[in-house]
Amino acid sequence: MPHIFVYLRHRSGVVDDSAAELYDAAKTIDASASPTAVLTGYGEDLDAACSSVRSLYTEIWKVGDQVLAYPNAELVRQALAAVLPRNSILLLPHDHFGIDLGPGLSIKLNSSFVSDVLAIDGVEGNFLKLARQEFGGQVSVQVRCDISTGAVINIRPGAFKAEPTASISGVIVDKSSQVGILSARRRYIQTIVAEAGDVDITKHSVLVSIGRGIQEKDNIALAEELADALGAVVSCSRPVVDAKWMGKSRQVGSSGKTVKPRVYLACGVSGAFQHLAGLKGNPFIIAVNKNPKAPIFQVADVGIVDDILEFLPELTNQVRESRSVAAK
Amino acid sequence: MDILVCVRRVPDTSENEIELNAEGNDIVRDELVYSVNEPDNYAVEEALQIRDRVGGTVTVVTVGGEEDEEVLRRELAMGANHAVLLSDDAFNGCDGQGVASILKGIVQKGNYDLILTGVQADDGAAQVGGLLAAMLDYPFASLVNSISVENGRLRVSREIEGGNREINEIELPCVLSIQTGINEPRYVGMRGIRQVASVLVPTLGAADVGVDPATVGQKAAKVKRTHYFIPTRGKAAEMLVGSRKENAEKVLELVAEKGGLK
Amino acid sequence: MVSSSLTPPTHDWLIISRSLLLSIHLLGISCFAYIVARRLAPLVRAERDLRFDRPLIRAGRVFKFWLGQWRHPRYKFAGTLHILIFAGFILLVARAFSTLIIGVNANFVMPGLSGLVGRFYNLATDYAATAVFLCMVIAAVRRLVYKPERYAVPAKYGKSHTADAVFLLALIAVLMVADSLFAASTAASHRLQGQPVETLAFLSLPWILQGSLRPSLGTVADVRFAAYLVHELAFYFLLCYRPFGIQFHVETSLFSIYFAKLERGTVKPVRWAVSDERLDQVKSLGVKKFEDFTWKHMLDFYSCADCGRCSDNCPANAAGRPLAPRFLTIKARDYAFQHYPVFGKANNSKPLIGNVYSENEIWSCTTCAACEEECPLLVEYIDKIVDLRRGMVDDGNVPQSLQRPLKALESRGNPYGKMEKKRADWTKSPEFQQTCDVKILDGKRDADTLYFVDSITSYDERMQSIGRSTARILSRIGENFGILGAGEKDSGHDVRRFGEEMLFLALRDHNSDAVKASEVKRIVTADPHAYNALKHDYKNVPPVEHMSQVIAREVKAGKIQFHPIEDENKVFAYHDPCYLGRHNQVYDEPRSVLDAIPGLKRVEMKRSRDRSFCCGGGGLMLFYEPQEEQRMGVLRVRMAAEAGANVIVTACPFCMANIEDAIKVAGMEGKMSVIDLTELADQQIVQQSLRETQRLREPATCGG
Repeated sequence: MPHIFVYLRHRSGVVDDSAAELYDAAKTIDASASPTAVLTGYGEDLDAACSSVRSLYTEIWKVGDQVLAYPNAELVRQALAAVLPRNSILLLPHDHFGIDLGPGLSIKLNSSFVSDVLAIDGVEGNFLKLARQEFGGQVSVQVRCDISTGAVINIRPGAFKAEPTASISGVIVDKSSQVGILSARRRYIQTIVAEAGDVDITKHSVLVSIGRGIQEKDNIALAEELADALGAVVSCSRPVVDAKWMGKSRQVGSSGKTVKPRVYLACGVSGAFQHLAGLKGNPFIIAVNKNPKAPIFQVADVGIVDDILEFLPELTNQVRESRSVAAK
Repeated sequence: MDILVCVRRVPDTSENEIELNAEGNDIVRDELVYSVNEPDNYAVEEALQIRDRVGGTVTVVTVGGEEDEEVLRRELAMGANHAVLLSDDAFNGCDGQGVASILKGIVQKGNYDLILTGVQADDGAAQVGGLLAAMLDYPFASLVNSISVENGRLRVSREIEGGNREINEIELPCVLSIQTGINEPRYVGMRGIRQVASVLVPTLGAADVGVDPATVGQKAAKVKRTHYFIPTRGKAAEMLVGSRKENAEKVLELVAEKGGLK
Repeated sequence: MVSSSLTPPTHDWLIISRSLLLSIHLLGISCFAYIVARRLAPLVRAERDLRFDRPLIRAGRVFKFWLGQWRHPRYKFAGTLHILIFAGFILLVARAFSTLIIGVNANFVMPGLSGLVGRFYNLATDYAATAVFLCMVIAAVRRLVYKPERYAVPAKYGKSHTADAVFLLALIAVLMVADSLFAASTAASHRLQGQPVETLAFLSLPWILQGSLRPSLGTVADVRFAAYLVHELAFYFLLCYRPFGIQFHVETSLFSIYFAKLERGTVKPVRWAVSDERLDQVKSLGVKKFEDFTWKHMLDFYSCADCGRCSDNCPANAAGRPLAPRFLTIKARDYAFQHYPVFGKANNSKPLIGNVYSENEIWSCTTCAACEEECPLLVEYIDKIVDLRRGMVDDGNVPQSLQRPLKALESRGNPYGKMEKKRADWTKSPEFQQTCDVKILDGKRDADTLYFVDSITSYDERMQSIGRSTARILSRIGENFGILGAGEKDSGHDVRRFGEEMLFLALRDHNSDAVKASEVKRIVTADPHAYNALKHDYKNVPPVEHMSQVIAREVKAGKIQFHPIEDENKVFAYHDPCYLGRHNQVYDEPRSVLDAIPGLKRVEMKRSRDRSFCCGGGGLMLFYEPQEEQRMGVLRVRMAAEAGANVIVTACPFCMANIEDAIKVAGMEGKMSVIDLTELADQQIVQQSLRETQRLREPATCGG
């Protein structure tokens, strides 16, 4: 069984949920495994990040270099190719960084590559059995991956448990000297932060979220009325932003904002994983959608098959009535 | 700038209902409509716009069979200069790395400054661009949502979390995977397609692009699909089945219960 | 005008200055000829337009619309003014020419206008000149003081046109005064010389002016010459100035009306005299630059009188979309004036989209034809807009919101992207199938009549109810009918009007073949867009009727009876769909159906029949995202409420979609509802058994 490594990205010394998720994924591949965490970066931030995962990982490889201060996938790839042993399994989160890093790294390591894995169904000889989705999440497919020369596997964020299950005291190993001189033909310049909109959806505990099912820009008013009645705000999925009906600041998803509301009303949202990836903290999800087969119903707590253009006004009326009753 | 865009013909998910076939080893394909993968189309539009700004050519390529020629023609109708179909029995059953090695062959046959792919296709793998770049040893950037040409280099912006954009400078030749929304693709109508109907699209096989058949195809694939399935829902939604009014009442109750009413 | 020969008095400047006057004539005429030739220059290079057929019909329309000023009374006050001015001008033509010729031939009398006829003519034209003069004053006051809204020029379209308009009104007034003064001074001159005096019409302008002349022969002769000179100069100035502005319509109106389009409801071919099969060989489709317009369209630009009636009735304009038909024409005319100047060379051809028109301006049009219905000069708009759209489609310049439904139409034959095999699913709900069996004409079954359902009624859950009501009514009247089912594709009506001609031809050919193969003898439909397409765009298909016509006929024949309306509070207003009403002039049949329902209270909205206000547009317009201040549908729903109605009846599924939506957006749920004519008829129709009636009372539950 190849050794399992896990690459963890960090920001200002903080590692996100992927630390625990990838740990869980590694244990699913091999329950007896002690996965090694690998982090790149520089200086205090890197040290802090490494320390923060000592409670989960027995061994943490620290790869520090000034050029790695910002995680440029081209440079990280070189660094990892230098330090990682061949024929090992490396787990990455399937996010924008994993998409940037994973495929090319698999070539440099001469191993297989599978992306966006949802579930791991075990090892069979030299093969790892995995599950993915295709066709916009409408079907799932089981995949066999040859791990005889190792593999790079991108794991879908949120597919595995995020509660840390181990509690140990790992050892940090400095692998920085193994890296040599890093240079890449891609240079990081800067990050342009999305314009702050009038509303910060990450600060609200109830979100009325709309998707393509809203059909027209003018119909957004129906969602806004409901949000208004509830004391909530309107958020949306990517298609609504692509159509320029709402600003990017309202988008929930892997390329939008991450939100942790208590209640999430998904109206006309299909439930594409990129959207759901922005939903954390286990909110109570109520989904309304015309299509009974919409993937959202697989993750929602309560579902209603209905036309949101009809349902939203009805719900708004009820909320208003109940409030006026309460006020009396 | 000579640009190569890798495109793919996929079932149009929004105009199809995807169902599994009886054996569970594929989806039912009889009545599917196919079209060019949407991100690939954005990539071609971007290539055309770059070409129109700085000069050069745009070539579109796909790995597949005769039925895939139609997407090449569509992109020719859109304005691409050349099209190439990479087809060979040896290519059947490729995995992602297989496709990338075949594309590597066509890249090395030409002299392309820039290679574009769409960020992902219907299987959501989002891998070919990155694999190809590493095989060619070209720099790579994924999820690109804007490109500007500056002094023989490209300044690209990548879509990262929170709606933020990561600005990078990348040297040529390079590979980029393009995200939807980067531009507004022009319309291609029936007339455009008809006008390119008789353009000859060259087909190249394994030998033409210097690919060893033993390294690609079904046998060489390291990642293979075993079967399709619809997952049994562990914790699926509790579906409300009352009248609209009743459902709304119930939702209101739940929202209040979960502390959602201020 | 003036009859008898004049023995030249000592200083009849008129005769002495003959050479001056003659040179003014020659200069004026040659300038005019040159200017007109320059104005015609772009038309000579324009695309061809086949308008030389059916001369008798065209002449008849000249009689009706030009001479008869048929469209003018639609705006009562301005219309009356114009009719008076026009009548005055027509009457004054002979007098004007006579006056001009007298300058070079003092004894000239217009042939046919001597003796009693001449005297009568002079009296009549005295009044005509007076009337025209008064109209000029009233018109000027109206422009300057009352400022009717439709003349206003929004800032983005440039400066106000009022100064120019008033200038021209003043000039014509001057012309009338000069003419009248000439007549008055001529009469005075004769009197002073003891010669026979022409009677001036009592209380006419000449008559009034006569009183102000001092009785000195010298003065009168001077005044006479001055009046003459002013008249001649004003006449030629106007003649040469008119082609530089909206007054050119005085000359071009006859032609714009003669050559006006004869067919209703259809769109011009991409290129006249290029058959559909040969379109592939045409290098560029549609209108991209000014020269791509046909000569008739260019003539239209010259002929616009800037009256603003088109924009005043344009629903897109009312909704705040960036479209005002008047300025489509004025901007093109200004372009022509600028790039084909009278003095100077033709220059700098630029693409129209982006320089003269914006894309949204052209996509905003719902092709409702309200503008074309109003225009007194029969200026055409829809063909121009479709041609401009064809140009944009050819360039790939199509809004993203329209690309998806167009692609779906190409691959699935409907704009929703739904599967072909599900097109007839609306007939398959168990409840419905019990009441009605709808035959699918797939070669194994046949029928006399085809019910052409079209896409929205087939696939949209709300509109399927119209389909079911239609099918039930057809069954009830014993019609042997069927539908094409999966063999039917979208009629393509709006695909064509959005400029995708090739896709339209493909859809049309497919449907035509399917209809032919079904061997039906006639077609019915409840969708006015499909009706219009089958009637005007399709060739060689059996005759087509709209359901309102079918039901009306059966009602008249006594074969359909209706139960009375039970709810006393319901007040119904019928909304004329554009493609049933204005384009095809089916106004009465739907109303007769409603009036045949006992106890149905019906009111007419202010804008009804040919002045009906578009609901927002159908077909592909449902997918387009317009820039607008408010929805057309919302404006329409408020009109219904103003008329005192609480139920809108319409006969088009697109109107239904827009109005239902508008009721919600306007916050009028509970106060206004909408129902389709076939649904209402189906609901109220007397059934065989009472139980059936009760079961079918609510259309929403019917058929699932």
